[in-house]
Amino acid sequence: MADKILKKLKIKVWRQKNAKSKGKFETYTIENISTGSSFLEMMDILNFQLIEAGIDPIAFDHDCREGICGTCSLYINGRPHGPDTEVTTCQLHMRKFKDGETIVIEPWRARAFPVIKDLVVDRTAFEKILQAGGFVSVNTGGVPDANTIPIPKEDAEESMDAAACIGCGACVAACKNASAMLFVSAKVSHLAKLPQGKVEAASRAKNMVAKMDELGFGGCTNTQACEAECPKSISITNIARLNREYLCAKVSE
Amino acid sequence: MSILDNKIPEGPLAEKWNKHKAAIKVVSPANKRKLEIIVVGTGLGGASAAASLAELGYKVKAFCYQDSPRRAHSIAAQGGINAAKNYQNDNDSVYRLFYDTIKGGDYRAREANVYRLAEVSPNIIDQCVAQGVPFGREYGGLLDNRSFGGVLVSRTFYARGQTGQQLLIGAYQALNRQISKGAVEMYNRHEMLDLVKIDGKARGIIARDLVSGEIKRFGAHAVVVATGGYGNVFFLSTNAMGSNGSVAWQCYKRGAFMSNPCFVQIHPTCIPVHGDQQSKLTLMSESLRNDGRVWVPKKKEDAVKLQKGELHPNDIADEDRDFYLERRYPSYGNLVPRDVASRAAKERCDAGFGVNSEGKAVFLDFKYAIDRLGKSVIEARYGNLFQMYEKITDVDPYKAPMMIYPAIHYSMGGTWVDYNLMTSVPGLYSIGEANFSDHGANRLGASALMQGLADGYFVLPYTIGDYLADEIMTPMADTNAPEFAAVEKEVTDRIEKLYNIKGSKPVDYFHKKLGQVMWDYVGMARNAEGLKKAIEMIKEIRAEFWKDVRIPGELDNLNPELEKAGRVADFFDIGELMARDALDRNESCGGHFREESATEEGEAKRNDEEFTYVSCWEYKGEGAEPDMHKEDLVFENVKLTQRSYK
Repeated sequence: MADKILKKLKIKVWRQKNAKSKGKFETYTIENISTGSSFLEMMDILNFQLIEAGIDPIAFDHDCREGICGTCSLYINGRPHGPDTEVTTCQLHMRKFKDGETIVIEPWRARAFPVIKDLVVDRTAFEKILQAGGFVSVNTGGVPDANTIPIPKEDAEESMDAAACIGCGACVAACKNASAMLFVSAKVSHLAKLPQGKVEAASRAKNMVAKMDELGFGGCTNTQACEAECPKSISITNIARLNREYLCAKVSE
Repeated sequence: MSILDNKIPEGPLAEKWNKHKAAIKVVSPANKRKLEIIVVGTGLGGASAAASLAELGYKVKAFCYQDSPRRAHSIAAQGGINAAKNYQNDNDSVYRLFYDTIKGGDYRAREANVYRLAEVSPNIIDQCVAQGVPFGREYGGLLDNRSFGGVLVSRTFYARGQTGQQLLIGAYQALNRQISKGAVEMYNRHEMLDLVKIDGKARGIIARDLVSGEIKRFGAHAVVVATGGYGNVFFLSTNAMGSNGSVAWQCYKRGAFMSNPCFVQIHPTCIPVHGDQQSKLTLMSESLRNDGRVWVPKKKEDAVKLQKGELHPNDIADEDRDFYLERRYPSYGNLVPRDVASRAAKERCDAGFGVNSEGKAVFLDFKYAIDRLGKSVIEARYGNLFQMYEKITDVDPYKAPMMIYPAIHYSMGGTWVDYNLMTSVPGLYSIGEANFSDHGANRLGASALMQGLADGYFVLPYTIGDYLADEIMTPMADTNAPEFAAVEKEVTDRIEKLYNIKGSKPVDYFHKKLGQVMWDYVGMARNAEGLKKAIEMIKEIRAEFWKDVRIPGELDNLNPELEKAGRVADFFDIGELMARDALDRNESCGGHFREESATEEGEAKRNDEEFTYVSCWEYKGEGAEPDMHKEDLVFENVKLTQRSYK
């Protein structure tokens, strides 16, 4: 477990000045990285080095660095959030890499997530999907006591499993169709499993799916890549639940 | 009475809020439509306020620097949210939550504000459940509770180890609903860079579009600041990388008083620092102290072997382990408040009993709980935290004890506000962690979420009406007014000044230097000499920064280094004010420990005769010494005693 030093790494990374310009790969060398450092700490060190050398540092999204805010992305060596399971890029650690290795870093690639700069993409499409119905229509105040409606523990737990989604977009990046079905289904399930959210379950599913289609995400062909790469292990059973709610909504039309 | 009117209502404590609500003005629905409110920050305070204000009919513009409101750092809160529901029948009550919070804060918070917080706390849980927050439940279907530091009842509601995430998603959903209705205009990837006042009142902000670099003007009838704390002044903290104190500082420079800036919380259970490549510290929830036992070796030779990696902690016999919290504080044991637990860890490590290679860590051991309850129970309670610990450290906490060490976590200090949450600038409000009001010198675990949501859902939506009722005839702010142009020019001048330094060192170089000074002299233990030294050192680093910082990239493009530079420039000033405040407060209270004010046993010694006040710092111009006003704290309901958790 003791930290070792990776003496030399090559970082092959996507550079793109802005949304309009064409991007390309650049390769940089970095030395003496502790295996106990996080991947983004390695990026910090690389950027420090680039700034000192007069090169524009690599822009990447990140914030909490605790694996929960969903800001960080990065497609590392062909996998969203890199070569570890159940972690976001910010919790990926350098012990997962070998000395002398070339690490390839790309942004999320999806039509609905255009590149803003380098590795930063625009995930506003997720916002729009949630605004289309990812909520319970209650105002502040005037709600009943929290223990008025008992909720079976299993339902609360299943709801929580789906609610654990951090909205990072790895599911879209992993999918060959760039489908957002796992993301949408997680929100639909989170709320449909609770009596408070059940009321609007059908219309929610219908409106969110319609918005997803409108925004240019692809269809789901059950490859399960999304589940495999989800840092929060959101299950594709949620997609089945979404399909059921969606069908209910369509049948009752 | 100071020059500040805190507007605390007269009358018995338990009746103040109701009487106040009855007395303050209300704006009619027709007039609400004509009033605009800017909300900056979209964490629990900002998102809940923006949604609730929009539901009432106000026109709201909300801002966050992240790419989505859901990213705000409230999301990282793990353990839970307190509420005086008394669902456990363990004799909890509004009064008990109030009392615990006042005592936990070491008697440096206002009674009336804290009582109101406790009073509205049950409503928060009701609201969150109605929104679809999947709180932990019992098999009977009712809500479950856990216990937290500094209290003797179980009043903490939780959603696994992701309570902050779930509460924020609840508020974010409410916000999204208002965005979809057009009631909130949401500005993601926008950072507020200054406050605009017209005729002395807050009337708008200047913000930078972080993608295009465009500097924009936004007008309103009131501005609500919900921008969190300034813990990143220490460089290493549990705050998000982007968390900053700049908005609070901008407000301070525009006349809002800054209170108790030296009160920062050092959280006892964080993953220790490794080497010198670190840019962020990770918290391990306080809830772990429910089942984990904190210890270091009794024998120094064992500690030395642990530091060298020659001994495995599991090979140290129980009788050779010093469960120092249980030893020193038998009645609260491992659940003493955060400040007490942090200092106790530092004391052991300073004495040479630290257990990692740097000698700066203690153990948090689950062996005993696993023996007693079984692995599956511990896994159900803390599974995600254990997984996170293993991913970061490569150590399996089911098999070996966790290593933990204190780290900067939360700012109790912040912008001064009155009972209505209005700052000393009319029309400017501050809510959540950004204000100073509810936690005194130390915040209890699971109370930050409570305060953010109390302010945003149930306090501000009422109190802001009292101000806006007098503004119904005021037209929309004209962003072409000279006041906007003047502030915008100051903002662009500063950006250009920073950008044109074209020095040799990246922002992080200076930020790390500042952080080290803050940690060494304005950290867990402070003394007059060190604080004076810190002030001088900060001045030097600041001067070097303004001479030699290098900001690459362009001004009209996404430029994270430019963003960071602006924030760090403010951190120098915030750090200096923190040191000044700490120097003034020659007593130990809560998270603020002055070595000159300790008992013989090394416990903190408060000095109520001289320091039962809130410090309120007033900006006096660039380079000038600030003025300090005092708001005396009046305790009519609780008796001030030295805090004891023994």
